[in-house]
Amino acid sequence: MARVTVDTVDHVAQLAHLSLTPEERETFARQLDEVLTYAESIQALDTRDVEPMSHAVTSEVLREDVPAPELPREKALAAAPDAADGLFRVPRIIGG
Amino acid sequence: MSSLTALSATEIARRVAGRDVSAEEVTRAHLDRIAETDGRIDAFLLVAADRALEKARRVDADIAAGGAPPPLAGVPVAVKDLLDIEGLPTTCGSRILEGYRPPFTATAVARLEAAGAVVLGKTNMDEFAMGSSTENSAFKPTRNPWARDRVPGGSSGGSAAAVASGMAPVALGSDTGGSIRQPAALCGVVGLKPTYGRVSRYGLVAFASSLDQVGPFARSVEDVARMAEVLCGWDPMDATSARMEVPRFASGLDGRARGLRVGVPWRFLAAGVDEGIMAAFRAAIEALRAAGAEVVDVDLPHVSHAIATYYIVATAEASSNLARYDGVRYGLRAGHAHHLKHLYGETRDRGFGPEVKRRIILGTFVLSSGYYDAYYLRAQKVRTLIRRDFEQALAVSDVIATPTSPTPAFRFGEKTADPLQMYLADIFTVPANLAGIPGLSLPCGFADGLPAGLQLLGRPFDEATLLRAGHAYQAATTHHLARPTL
Repeated sequence: MARVTVDTVDHVAQLAHLSLTPEERETFARQLDEVLTYAESIQALDTRDVEPMSHAVTSEVLREDVPAPELPREKALAAAPDAADGLFRVPRIIGG
Repeated sequence: MSSLTALSATEIARRVAGRDVSAEEVTRAHLDRIAETDGRIDAFLLVAADRALEKARRVDADIAAGGAPPPLAGVPVAVKDLLDIEGLPTTCGSRILEGYRPPFTATAVARLEAAGAVVLGKTNMDEFAMGSSTENSAFKPTRNPWARDRVPGGSSGGSAAAVASGMAPVALGSDTGGSIRQPAALCGVVGLKPTYGRVSRYGLVAFASSLDQVGPFARSVEDVARMAEVLCGWDPMDATSARMEVPRFASGLDGRARGLRVGVPWRFLAAGVDEGIMAAFRAAIEALRAAGAEVVDVDLPHVSHAIATYYIVATAEASSNLARYDGVRYGLRAGHAHHLKHLYGETRDRGFGPEVKRRIILGTFVLSSGYYDAYYLRAQKVRTLIRRDFEQALAVSDVIATPTSPTPAFRFGEKTADPLQMYLADIFTVPANLAGIPGLSLPCGFADGLPAGLQLLGRPFDEATLLRAGHAYQAATTHHLARPTL
């Protein structure tokens, strides 16, 4: 299967919004390759006609749609690093 | 230890209810014990002394006013620092939650407090519960009370060490791949991972949502049973919590192993287990047999693939769950980025430690285009095969026994350079999380002077049988009475 290279780690780090140092990239590439090589054992198993399991419980989770009080805005904003006018404030999103 | 810090939770609740001792005295004794001991163990990240004393006095006042004593009246509890308590910081062992105080309290904690328990503080852990040694805490390592040059296990190492060293009679942890059971084993205490869905995850910081489960630590199965009675139950705030009857676990403990079928997957245990651990395990099986249990061979043909499956499923879920730490709504915001994209990158780079980054990268990789089917989807199918293994094995046995950890507590730094070796420390614990079944770890003696753990696994929602089996073992043996000298 895929060998993990520094380029792979770079690509994945971008997807995950992680900025990594060059040393981290190299270490992670080596370690992830090791882990994925180990994980290749599952490729040999016969999984035809086996349903994937996403959760241990598949219970009924629907409920009546009843309005109820939610976390008040002040409380939700209280932990924000930067908030103004009842909103989270962030730097530029588009362009730049 | 002062006599109050040597008491079980059961005994504390009985004495506080009977007004032989006040909740305040019990709380003070444990706060004193923390003050004199934790400098050598580093189990706590935060001791909330004033809050604890205030809660304790309220428990005393309620009982003095003639109210019915609650089931955990005055029982001090240490809480792993990934369960939210309104007004106290939650760090999750990470720098990325710097300054964060949650606006709500986890259901598990709220239930304990409503039952009269007194929260002493928040305990150390591997960052985001990712680790098996508590070395991945962004703040400090926790020391094993039995050998301070060794790790307490992880990720709930602080909670396990606090209970082992008499700083708290009981504690809360979380278990995604063994994070309650493995540190319980390495620190010589009892730990229960309930069935997935048994305990609400509301207010638990998410690591891998299909595997995470909250559970208790204590020094005896009886105390664990009393905690579980309070913790278990449906919660509308957690869509995966189960609407199932919760038995009175503690009153079902009769100390009898007769009629109990204990399955042992000998083939799975054949390789890679420390000799001393294996000797302690064999002795534990003999003790159960001598107490009247029937020991049967069971086969779990797919569990040798559990670690591979786990590190795909858990990291995939983690990469998604940890996307929320972006420096916008709470916690750390790094630098003076002029663009949102850079704000994300810099915040996450500075806020997350190496193991968390490693797992986010791995999880993002296995979910990424071109690899999803080969890794994530396949792992989910193998998960089904592992669950079937347990269904079949638990059709011919009532509980399955294995060692909890293949080795006793290891030295600091021994496995940090080699992530795969650290992951393999969880070989006997991750299968239960994948299958969603309950697991209990209890002390079963020593290997080279270090605690050995016996793991019992049970059928979904049958914690009652698991606890009965564990209690029968403790009724027939004395390993759980050993205490470290500090």
